[in-house]
Amino acid sequence: MARALVNVPKVARQGEVVEIKAMIAHPMETGYRSGPNGSNIPRDIIRRFTCTYNGEEVFSADLFPAVSANPFIAFTLVATTSGTIDFTWSDDAGKTQTASADITVN
Amino acid sequence: MHALWRLAAVAVAAICGIVSAAGIEDGEKRSGFDFMTPQTQALQADDMSNPGMLWVLQGEQLWQQAQGRADVACSGCHDDARQTMRGVAARYPAFDAATGRPIDLAGRINSCRAERQQAEPLAPESDALLALTAYVTHQSRGMPITPATDARLAPFRDNGRRLFQSRIGQLELSCASCHDDNWGKRLGGSVIPQAHPTGYPLYRLEWQTVGSLQRRLRNCMIGVRAEPFAFGAAELVDLKLHLTERARGLLIETPAVRP
Repeated sequence: MARALVNVPKVARQGEVVEIKAMIAHPMETGYRSGPNGSNIPRDIIRRFTCTYNGEEVFSADLFPAVSANPFIAFTLVATTSGTIDFTWSDDAGKTQTASADITVN
Repeated sequence: MHALWRLAAVAVAAICGIVSAAGIEDGEKRSGFDFMTPQTQALQADDMSNPGMLWVLQGEQLWQQAQGRADVACSGCHDDARQTMRGVAARYPAFDAATGRPIDLAGRINSCRAERQQAEPLAPESDALLALTAYVTHQSRGMPITPATDARLAPFRDNGRRLFQSRIGQLELSCASCHDDNWGKRLGGSVIPQAHPTGYPLYRLEWQTVGSLQRRLRNCMIGVRAEPFAFGAAELVDLKLHLTERARGLLIETPAVRP
């Protein structure tokens, strides 16, 4: 069950700078901790976050073990055309989670 | 690390020199929210940056999901939680006639699962149980805590008060030693709050996840080096009964964020 919260303004003016917020539930296990039986807990972090605006990549980030659990990323975009903003998180386990939101530009 | 602990123990002993049984005056009641930094307050205040909302979101999905041999979802009986669950969390823990004991919201969810859905109970502190509890409690956000007035709860609430005021552990501290008598002062770098359960299940930055009041109580017990009660123990529910009475009138914040 994907648990992601994304916040994109529904409406924006042409050329307006809008703030985008994206948060996802993820343990971000560092790989440096050991479990109750002393064995290492394998690393499981989100490695890469990307955001595309009508299919074109407009923002991406590499994440590392020091990033906290449930990473929250906020950034700004220039609203150019109406369309879809897609978000993708891919982690060590090879799992990819996605979310998307629509924006209307007038 | 050892030196640090010794220092903490000395600090605790120092601030608890004077211990009285007086509680907190009504006019002085303050949620833990007021003791936080503006940055952490902002994190809680904005639903789009409050990580606890991830659990509320999951709870909303679980609410609709059919479970167990009865193949029925929470919404199958309770319909739309936004209407039917509004205000419910504000009066919990309630008296459970079947067991003759008070029951908290997480306990009620699990008993509902067993009886109505004929499903396995959810493990304490599992994401699913926290998510459902958070979702149901979230429906009462902004409403004042109004504990049930059921007379049958009285002996359990008294037991909760007794536990709250009893010194425990190697540090010989009671809950009241810090949270009634010394709130607002500092323990190490942290401000001691009044310990009102206004925002549970809440996202604790130290935990990097959502946790229940029981987890928090167990934490404090380990902190004073006492043997903590097990998850689901009757004593923890009794304590919660006392804490909700103590916090009467404060507003529910679930999901809260705490350092």
